This record gives sequence, C-alpha cells and structure tokens, in this order.
Amino acid sequence: MPVNASGQGFCRDCLALQRAETRRCTACGSPRLLRHPELYSLAIAHIDCDAFYAAVEKRDNPTLKDKPVIIGGGKRGVVSTACYIARINGVRSAMPMFKALEACPEAVVIKPDMEKYVRVGREVRAMMQALTPLVEPVSIDEAFLDLSGTERLHGQPPALVLARFARSVEKEIGISVSAGLSYCKFLAKIASDFRKPRGFSVIGREEAVGFLAEQPVTMIWGVGKAFAATLERDGLRTIGQLQKIDQSDLMRRYGTMGNRLFYLSRGQDERRVSPDHEAKSVSAETTFDTDLAATGDLVPVLRALSEKVSLRLKKAGIAGRTVVLKLKTQDFKTRTRNRQLADPTRLADRIFQTGLQMLSKETDGTRYRLLGIGVSDLSDDGKADPPDLVDQQARKRALAEGAIDSLRDKFGRKAVETGYTFGKGRNAHPPEPLDD
Amino acid sequence: MRVVLERSNLLKSLNHVHRVVERRNTIPILSNVLMKADGNSLALKATDLDLEITEATPAQVDQAGATTVPAHLLYDIVRKLPDGAEVMLKTDDDGNAMSVVSGRSSFRLQCLPQSDFPELSAGSFSHKFTLEAAKLKMLIDKTQFAISTEETRYYLNGIFLHTFESEGNLKLRSVATDGHRLARAEFEAPAGAEGMPGIIIPRKTVSEVQKLVDDPEIAVTTELSDTKIRFTIGSIVLTSKLIDGTFPDYQRVIPTGNDKKLVIDRQSFASAVDRVSTISSERGRAVKLSIADGQVTLAVNNPDSGSATEELAADYASDPIEIGFNAKYLLDVAAQLSGGEARFMLADAGSPTLIQDTSDDHTLYVLMPMRV
Repeated sequence: MPVNASGQGFCRDCLALQRAETRRCTACGSPRLLRHPELYSLAIAHIDCDAFYAAVEKRDNPTLKDKPVIIGGGKRGVVSTACYIARINGVRSAMPMFKALEACPEAVVIKPDMEKYVRVGREVRAMMQALTPLVEPVSIDEAFLDLSGTERLHGQPPALVLARFARSVEKEIGISVSAGLSYCKFLAKIASDFRKPRGFSVIGREEAVGFLAEQPVTMIWGVGKAFAATLERDGLRTIGQLQKIDQSDLMRRYGTMGNRLFYLSRGQDERRVSPDHEAKSVSAETTFDTDLAATGDLVPVLRALSEKVSLRLKKAGIAGRTVVLKLKTQDFKTRTRNRQLADPTRLADRIFQTGLQMLSKETDGTRYRLLGIGVSDLSDDGKADPPDLVDQQARKRALAEGAIDSLRDKFGRKAVETGYTFGKGRNAHPPEPLDD
Repeated sequence: MRVVLERSNLLKSLNHVHRVVERRNTIPILSNVLMKADGNSLALKATDLDLEITEATPAQVDQAGATTVPAHLLYDIVRKLPDGAEVMLKTDDDGNAMSVVSGRSSFRLQCLPQSDFPELSAGSFSHKFTLEAAKLKMLIDKTQFAISTEETRYYLNGIFLHTFESEGNLKLRSVATDGHRLARAEFEAPAGAEGMPGIIIPRKTVSEVQKLVDDPEIAVTTELSDTKIRFTIGSIVLTSKLIDGTFPDYQRVIPTGNDKKLVIDRQSFASAVDRVSTISSERGRAVKLSIADGQVTLAVNNPDSGSATEELAADYASDPIEIGFNAKYLLDVAAQLSGGEARFMLADAGSPTLIQDTSDDHTLYVLMPMRV
C-alpha cells in the first residue's frame, strides 16, 4: 500500500486517507485527523483504556453517563479510577476518598467489581492479540503492541490498524482507548498519555530528542517522587538538561539509574515488547475503614488476604518463595518485611503463617491503615510445597486447603471459611483490592 | 596497656576470635575485640551477644591494661605485617587510641573503653564432659550440612545434641534436619553426659567450633546448661547461647520398615550423581533413580538444556522402583559417606529413604524424595 508520502494522514473516525492539508475529513467531516511525517513507519504502540473501571460502569449504567463517577473502596479507601467528569473537578486516582468527595461532592462512588473489569480487560486484550502476537500486558487495561511486520497481514500500516482497533473497541466493547505510536516502548507510552481520552499521538524518531528536551524528568520511566527530588537537588528538572550530561557522568552520579537516564533522555529504549512478561510478585492489600492496631483485628485481614494471594497463585499455576508483609502506619509510613522460605509455596496457610510471624513483631500498639501480603521470587508450582520430614501435619493441612478450594469453586467464596475470618466482619472480607 | 608479642601468635588468636564479629553492627562496641594484657599473656575476646570466643596468647606485658579496638581492622593490619615480625600494642595515656607498631609500620586505632564491652554471662553449667576433638568434629561434620536456614523454623537452625539410650548403651547424638533431609551421628556418650538436657546449638556456633578443632588429638571440655554451652579447646574458650525451642521428634522420621535394599559403590555413585546433575542448571532439580535387578539408572531431564543418564551396577533384588531426589541433597549425603559402599533402604517413590554407610553404623541419613 503506497501511503508513504510525508504530510499524508487519515481520519480516525472513518479511516479515509487525507491527501490535502484540510482541517476536517474530506469524507466524513470529522476533525479527528492524524498527520505525521513518520506515521507509516512506526510500529510500537501503547494502548491504554480511558478511565477504565469508570468507563465500564458507565457503559453498564447509562444513567451515569453525564455524572462524575469515582470507583474506589469504602469510606477510607482511595480512588481507584475517576471518570473524566470527576477529574475536571480535581479528583485523581490514588487520592484518599474523603478528599475526592471534598473536591467533588456530587460524585457517584462505586465499589470496584474486579471480576467484571477483568472480564472486559480480557475482551480488549483478545482484540489486541488479533492484531499481533506481540502483546505485552502492563496491567488489566493497558498493553504494549509490537506491530512490526504486520503490514502485509493487515493490508494496512500499523497506524491505520491501531485507529481501526480503537474504533472497534468503542463499537464492540463500549469503552474508549487512547493509543500512542512510536518506535520504542518508552515514547509509545508517553504518546498514549498525551491526549487522553480517545487520544492518538505519534512521536517520531526525528522529533524525539527535541520533544523530550521540553519534558520534566518525571516523565522518564523509573523516576518517581524520591528520585525526582534527588535530581531536583542537583538542579535537573527537564529531560533536556539530562541530554547535555554525558553517560559516564550520569553513571557516576546515579549508578545504573544514570545509565537509564542517559539512554531514555535521548529517546533510546531497546526494551522489546515481550508477550510472556512474567509477574514478579503476587500480592493483595487493603486499606481499613479505621486504623487498626490490635492483633485480633489484623489477623483476620491477613488471613483473608493470604487466601486471595493463594487463589491467584493457584489459578496461575505459580508459587512464590519469599513472603512479603506490608503495613502502612497511621502517618503513612510504609513498613515491609519479608522472609524467605525453603521452598516455593502457593498455600494460603503457609503464606498466612509466615505473614503472621512477621506481623506479630509489628503489632506493638502502632496503628495501621493498610495491610498487605504477597509472595515474590516466583516459579512454576512443580516444586512448590514438597512433603516435609519434620512437619507431619503439612500434608494434612495442604489436603484440607485443597478441599476448601474445591468447595469454594463449587459454592462460592464464602461457602467455607476458617475460624480466622468467620464472623469477623467487613475487614476480614475486604473489597477487591486495586489490581495495578 | 603496653604489650609486645609475636605477629604469628597474635594473628592466630585474632583469626580465631575475629570471625565472631559481624561485619555490620548497629552497636559499635560489637565491632571491637577486647584485649586484656596481664601476667605474661594477652587475652582477646569477641562477641556477637549470642556467641563469645576468648583466647589467651603468650605476650611480654610491659604494662598491664585493657582496651577494645575494631576487630576486622586489627586483623587486617596484623595479617599484612611481615612473617616473623614482632608487634607492639600500646594505648595512649588517655586511652582513646591504641598504637600498633611493627618494624617501621605504625598504626593508630580508635579505642572504645573496655568497660562498655558486653559480658555473655554464662551462669552455671549443669553438665560437663570431655570429648576427643575428632569425635566432636565428627558429630558436627556429619550433620552440619542438613541444618535448616529457614528462619520460620528457627528450632531447625542448629544441631540437636542429646543423649539417647540404645540397647543398654548411652549414646551422644547429633541430629540436624531441614525438613528435606536429616542427618544423625552418634558415639558412646562420654562420662558426665548422663542426664544432660537435649540442646540445639546454633549454626554459627557449630561452624566456629568446627574451625577451632583443627587438632584431632586435643581433648575438648564441654560444659552446658539448658540455655548455654561452653567449649574449652586448649587456650580457646567459646561460650554460646542455645536455640530456645523444641527440636521435633526426629525418631518418627527415620523409617524402620523400608524393605527394598540397594547397595551401591559409594564413589561411583557420587561421581555419577555429580555428572548427571551437571545438566540441571537450577537449584532443586531432581535426579531420577530407576532401580531394577542389579542396576541403577540415574537420569536428569532439564527442558531448558537437555538430559543426562548414567547406568551403574548395583546390588538390588526387590521389585523395580523409580524414585527422584534433589541432586544437591544426594550429593551432600554422598559426600558425607566415607566407606566403600552405600546402602539405601527404600519403601516407595513418596516415602523417606534411609541411607547409610555399610561399614559405619555411627551415622545415618534420611532423604525425602521429590516428585519426578
């Protein structure tokens, strides 16, 4: 398909090619035209669903369409997703719920229905996988796609394939996505974020360095609040400033991160889009309605979360060797403790007991607002939970857990409960945690 | 304090005590070694609050006194001094620094007052016996590899030392297990061990004792209570806390009814396991033993790199059996066996297997099989 001349573009609504420099589509009159000199030579895409949880809820309940919608858990939880109307009022994700409601009192707050989001997320992912096998999911609602070499298959260059994809997600699933197209993952991700919602931005090789020079350092993947503060102390705010420093200097100052700064600031990112990007850890956490300090209050939560982690491990056929406990104190300080096991485990009981040992050292009267438990150091579950010479009860407990699992499979999550969580109220049955 | 002594004597003692000192310490004094000059010797002492080693070495004491200096630093200095040198250690008048002078080299080290140095109060010991170093070493060597490193089961992080009555004889036994394998060694109990409590000696103490008993001829005096143990090895005194926990009833773990007997040449078996396990890149891969009439086939299959098999002649007359073991564990056990032949007593692919030296009934090993 000979569509390579620069300045050419297409209409994102009807996909008609645009030859002249018009402001609106010559075929359908839409203003959503996409033009870029490198439009047809770029193949790395990042796709991100717009306000995903909120969009799904709005799709399923049209009366919410024009209302500000916030998805988040409980009184004390945080905002998981805010729709764009709520965002106009200043609501941001990860904001404590009470603040969000201060900013936008008329917002409709909906508890997350993770199962539904996962289902919709899978539908979107299936549509991506129809475009290319190289789909690397980043989270439930975003993914990188490598569309190199798919032009002959689709009879269209990647840019058009993406536009058509965005249109069909809207039509078939009923939510909108934003797409970024570039030559590397780093810039594709920045591009997709650029004109949300329903955005489609392109960053080409020619403009990359110039474009990045204007951007703040926080745009670089891996530069968080703390590291940004370090850079700020050294007088570095924009990526452009980084571009002027040579590699050895950056390495000397910031170690391996300096190396990353060097390459990314120059728009060089060699990371591949790899479909079998494996999870590094599996965890679950919950923020309480009121801060908790007593062991008796924390243990049921720990048990419930351990069961959740275990369930996800079992579903994925993996196991973890390091158990990680996470606590957030009243004054927002995070404590993490971890302990390595002799063998990988996927059993709720093992995760819980290990977590309990770590928790018992932290229940010193400190009030906590958040508790989380997880496992890392993941492997497939073939070697998990081997029989043990010393602990003769281990096998029995594992069998009991298997029986509980099959009962829950058949009759639902609350069909069988251990005494740890039974009748322990809301905290022991926390809403589904954020899955990012 | 002012003492003069031979570099080799100082180095030898420092070498014994400095290992106790952890490289990273939140309590500064624990990084230091206590030095006490008195009479005609210099006594050194180091501790990590759980374990304490003291050793006295001959020295010419010009002025008695005591101080503490960073242990690893002093050790590194003395180590680098030339062979055969004499070393003078001298504290300043105000006691804030100590000079180390040898030939034309001279160092000044920051001191901390000796009064701050913690004392591992030993209390009184309820039992005392003397053991040949070779026997003590054997009790440690044969079981140490099976000590668990899992913090969760802290009571497995050491060697369980206790007495056991068997056929009218009292034995002194050491046992270690990590849940996957178990090792047991025993000897006739020495006089004085009767009625001693079963104690769990922490891993670090075990390995320090092992390094200190380099002379097999020497007699080691062992004193213990249910919270502490003390070994006196020549001029070295090691005192350690014990692990406060209950060692599991290991007797139940040792299979007695296994009826499938495999006898195999130890050396060729160990070499074969070593060879086939080359293919298993990752920790914890299984070696599959296919045992049939007169023959064992060892096989490792690693989907990432390939496979390996080796056949060995063996003495076996029971029903054929296939069983898998962790390659590393099998190697560890093979390395402990010292006789010409190893005897495996097997039940089935899912049950603990008993492994012994055919010529040595002081030791036994139990291995849990792996799924293959």
